[in-house]
Amino acid sequence: MATTIQTHALGKRYRLGLYKRGYGTLREAIAEAFRRGGPDESDYDGPDFLWALRDLTLAIEPGEVVGLIGHNGAGKSTLLKLLSRITEPTEGYADVTGRVGSLLEVGTGFHPELTGRENIYLNGSILGMRKSEIRERFDEIVEFAEIERFLDTPVKRYSSGMSVRLAFAVAAHLEPEILLVDEVLAVGDAAFQRKSLGKMTEVASQGRTVIFVSHNLAIIQALCERGVLLQRGEAVADGPVKATIDQYLASLEEGASKDLLERTDRDRRGYYDTQIRRVEIRGGGDSPPDVVVAGEPATIAIELTEQLATMECRVTIVNGLGQPVTSFDSEISAATDIRDPELGARIECEIASLPLLPGRYRIDLLLKAGRQIQDGLQAAGFFEVQPGVIDGRPTPAAGSDGDIVLPHIWRLPP
Amino acid sequence: MLRPVETKPETIRLQPTRGFSRVLAPHELWRYRDLAGQIALRDITVRYRQTLLGAVWAVLQPIGFMVVFSLFFGNLAGVASNGLPYPLFSLAALVPWTFFANALLLGSDSLVANSALVSKIYFPRIFMPAGILVAGCVDLAISLVILIAIVLIWGLAPTVAILSLPLLIVIAAMAALGTSTALSAINVRFRDVRYVVPFLIQLWLFATPVVYPSSLLDEPWRTLSAINPMVGVVEGFRWATLGSGNAPWDLIGISAVSAVVIFFAGLAYFDRVERGFADYV
Repeated sequence: MATTIQTHALGKRYRLGLYKRGYGTLREAIAEAFRRGGPDESDYDGPDFLWALRDLTLAIEPGEVVGLIGHNGAGKSTLLKLLSRITEPTEGYADVTGRVGSLLEVGTGFHPELTGRENIYLNGSILGMRKSEIRERFDEIVEFAEIERFLDTPVKRYSSGMSVRLAFAVAAHLEPEILLVDEVLAVGDAAFQRKSLGKMTEVASQGRTVIFVSHNLAIIQALCERGVLLQRGEAVADGPVKATIDQYLASLEEGASKDLLERTDRDRRGYYDTQIRRVEIRGGGDSPPDVVVAGEPATIAIELTEQLATMECRVTIVNGLGQPVTSFDSEISAATDIRDPELGARIECEIASLPLLPGRYRIDLLLKAGRQIQDGLQAAGFFEVQPGVIDGRPTPAAGSDGDIVLPHIWRLPP
Repeated sequence: MLRPVETKPETIRLQPTRGFSRVLAPHELWRYRDLAGQIALRDITVRYRQTLLGAVWAVLQPIGFMVVFSLFFGNLAGVASNGLPYPLFSLAALVPWTFFANALLLGSDSLVANSALVSKIYFPRIFMPAGILVAGCVDLAISLVILIAIVLIWGLAPTVAILSLPLLIVIAAMAALGTSTALSAINVRFRDVRYVVPFLIQLWLFATPVVYPSSLLDEPWRTLSAINPMVGVVEGFRWATLGSGNAPWDLIGISAVSAVVIFFAGLAYFDRVERGFADYV
């Protein structure tokens, strides 16, 4: 059987800065549009241009469920946009066999003035369904979204939960041969998320070709057989999903070990009056940094470039599959917190007894001063938790559920 | 549950395109016909939702202008009206003019107003300004009925000339679509269009014999003015609905040719820049 998607040296270039020379005025833009042989090709590798995707050759067989993994800005969404024809490639080509449905950003195309019923038809056809198909699946969609009573109410009067459920329900009932899914499972409450995940698992097992993009590696691992890792617009790994995820995690750590000031993640944000220079977690004694023992004391130390007044910090600990385990925020203060004038451009967080199970974890940081975000950095640091004794109990062997142990006492019959 | 796939899936090659290949591909438009219908339906439904007067606005707009124009141009300034009652003379012109002006105003903003769709979903982008035009046709139909009712009440009887209305509407629609597609495409890159369009519509109104008869112009100019496609449409409407004077076929002919040129030029420009919309909107 022929491949479903075959790309050949696919590339997409974006122009940075919209009003740079060459396209600056209306007159030039019109002249450009009518110029024979297309735009001037010189200087396309200059600093004004960014290759969001370059030289990507990828074959996807019918029925494959593929997860796209990579940092923000690695080209995942660009690839989906190209495959769904929203935008054109700059070079190369892709052959796509079969009807493509995309589930990008839930709720796209809802019109607030239209009722739920009208929006189901509008959104369904926007997502590529025939009118007859929508009619056929109408009851199913309504039931899935749990909005029977509000079918004839304009969507603008829906709660945000309701409209998100409806949008997902329409999208999830698409039946194209190829389905592109971009980060849409994190909607609704926990019960609905479980339902959506169940629906996606069903879709993935129906022999349809599916491409998933998500930052939630646990979902990717659960749904996909094959993983493709994109980095700066190029595919750097392609294989069984587990191996690709491991390689991605390794690349994250590589990035973190560098001086954090050199990191230029696209999602790094803030006013930068002060920035995060370094973060490390240390156990007691003179153990090496970033290796701590479960149940032992640990200190997260964050070095900054400047000391500002009223600095606050939020630490999120994320497990190996990208799921947040816990977060602490200094803005929610306790009497035991200390403001230490001697500390300098530095913030520390002490944990009396680390309740984490053995494994690798990542630290995400958000730094504020004067109520403004100064610096926010994902994967600022990584650490390894080694087996130990938590609250008087040895940590369980591998394979236990969750990442955390709560202090607890059993009461059992003798 | 799963229905068999209706046809053998075809392979589409996604690659950089050059030249005029998209809008003018009827196959592509046909494939997305259901979506085209839904977008037009949405534009019609949404137009007067949560308004007090609803579709009455379709009539109120030209009638309101008729009253104002009759007062100032008809009574005070004493503008000639080819021997017709001035209110009828201006209303017969205002009905197609309002259709044209609204299609231009709403159509030129349609891509930007729907930027969430344009940047997330693929469909032939022409559906956006075209949907606005289709929704405008409903307004036109309503106001046309009112116009003819008023003509009858006034005691005039339309002649067979009324059969030329569909042709005149097609000319107006082609001119409107050609202009609004081009403007909507420019609007994606340069939001200046938003400020230019209302001004452009004002100018265009006075370049069109809505408040005055085209017979006010001296000869080479009267005929030449029909390069503005709305000249033929407006004069044609007067002749067709009020049943007076000679058929202005010279004006209609020139305007028709001009509308066809504008239509294809607008579409060609749209076609040429369509591929970049998602990157710029």
